[in-house]
Amino acid sequence: MLEIFSFPFFQRALIGGVLIGGIAPLLGIFLVLRRLSMIGDTIAHISVAGVALGFLAGIYEVWAGLLFALLGAFAIERLRGTYKTYAELSIAILMSLGLALTSFFFTLGQGFNMDVTNYFFGYIYSLNNRDILGILAVSIIVIALIGFHAKEYFLLTFDEDAASVSGLPVKRLNFMMTVLTALVIAVAIKIVGALLVSALLTIPVACSLLVAGSFRRTLIWAIVFSEIAVLGGLIAAGLLSLAPGASIVLLLILILVMLLVWKKGFRAA
Amino acid sequence: MNNDAAPVIRIRDLSFSYQRNPVIHHLNFDISRRDFVGLIGSNGAGKTTLLKMIVGLLKPTEGELELFGQPIGKFADWHKIGYVPQKNALNPLFPATVREVVMSGLYGKRKLYKRLTGADRQRCDDALEALHIADLADRRIGQLSGGQQQRAFLARALVNNPELLILDEPTVGIDTETQHAFFSMLRHLHAHHDITFLMVSHDVDLMRSYLGENPVMTSGKLKFYVKAMDNTATCRETDITHALKDWPGEQAPLPAYS
Repeated sequence: MLEIFSFPFFQRALIGGVLIGGIAPLLGIFLVLRRLSMIGDTIAHISVAGVALGFLAGIYEVWAGLLFALLGAFAIERLRGTYKTYAELSIAILMSLGLALTSFFFTLGQGFNMDVTNYFFGYIYSLNNRDILGILAVSIIVIALIGFHAKEYFLLTFDEDAASVSGLPVKRLNFMMTVLTALVIAVAIKIVGALLVSALLTIPVACSLLVAGSFRRTLIWAIVFSEIAVLGGLIAAGLLSLAPGASIVLLLILILVMLLVWKKGFRAA
Repeated sequence: MNNDAAPVIRIRDLSFSYQRNPVIHHLNFDISRRDFVGLIGSNGAGKTTLLKMIVGLLKPTEGELELFGQPIGKFADWHKIGYVPQKNALNPLFPATVREVVMSGLYGKRKLYKRLTGADRQRCDDALEALHIADLADRRIGQLSGGQQQRAFLARALVNNPELLILDEPTVGIDTETQHAFFSMLRHLHAHHDITFLMVSHDVDLMRSYLGENPVMTSGKLKFYVKAMDNTATCRETDITHALKDWPGEQAPLPAYS
């Protein structure tokens, strides 16, 4: 039963999962606290359209997905400016566009042996060495940039006006966050799938908000919960032949429910 | 080019329109060093618009705006400005402790990529002590009362030792007693330190009671109340957090203006 750990595909899945499990909540905390939880879902839907086009055009699908993720992220920013008082409208429009394009490209590519479910629900066991290198590169970029700018992003997230007044390059920081979000989503799609990628960005943060008091601890706990779910979900999926992406997300939901029950019990006591 | 003799804020023929609706029309006003300026106006009078132009969040449609002798477009010394936001702009569930919020006052001044030093942490501790909120340092900001939150935001603004302190409706949602304590602290700072204040409020009675009966200038629906402090007087402290160390506390009478 434990021989699964000796298979290279499972080892690659563990490496890719741990990397994404670390960087997704690192970005997610800023998205959740700025009330942009749904942005991950939207970019993911557009990115899948890019993946489909990549298959059709014979381009490495992760690059095509990344290009679409970036275009989608900037389109959201642009539309958010146009519909200032209806910020969620930009998300609804882009999500529809992403799904429509995905459907369009997948229908065109029916003869190309494209499996839509792999990209909507993820297929971590299909990670190859090139994918792992891509995830590693994105992880290093995200950790370095967020690590260097954590203080600035804290102020920007807590009080954008104060960040502007104190002379922070707010537009540049927002632009960087958009690019990083697109990068993470593009490489995470193969792991948990477009429909579940925002779960990794948001649910660990939702869990940590229940237990941590400070920003620093919220960030640390979010990464801890995320890694527990990624490792636990992958190992359970490997041993019991379950869907890995779904197992990770269901484990995250289970952790969240347990914390909510614990908090309620704690308050009642 | 910086000019110490220049007004802290110089406004000439300043206008602003939202699309075609004029909000501010040819405003002229100077704020001198050590002035305490209260800017009053009803909703829609343009006080928030003016404040946003002063802090560089909005560009004037017409006219000139200078900070410390530099045109706003070229102004880069943002560390000279402390900013206290409206309390109701705060997300009460945001996971940040009082210490993290106060420390964030230092982030703009620091160059990107630089880490905080022990001296920075000491400045943060000094600001917490000076504002009498050191015992709340590890509490979540959203768990504090309105008055305590305002002190935390004031500490964040002061930790950088600013020369101009901008306060946007700082007393909204705060009871009268707490307002008195907050003003007592500001007046103490004004009396003892080389700092200029610009406070925006819609509460005319409150401003009158602290800054005098009559506005120095009226422009449209905006009224400017000013208490000037003798610029030649020796400022007893160079560090704001030290200037507050001998603040007798909220029960003390307001320091008199001489």
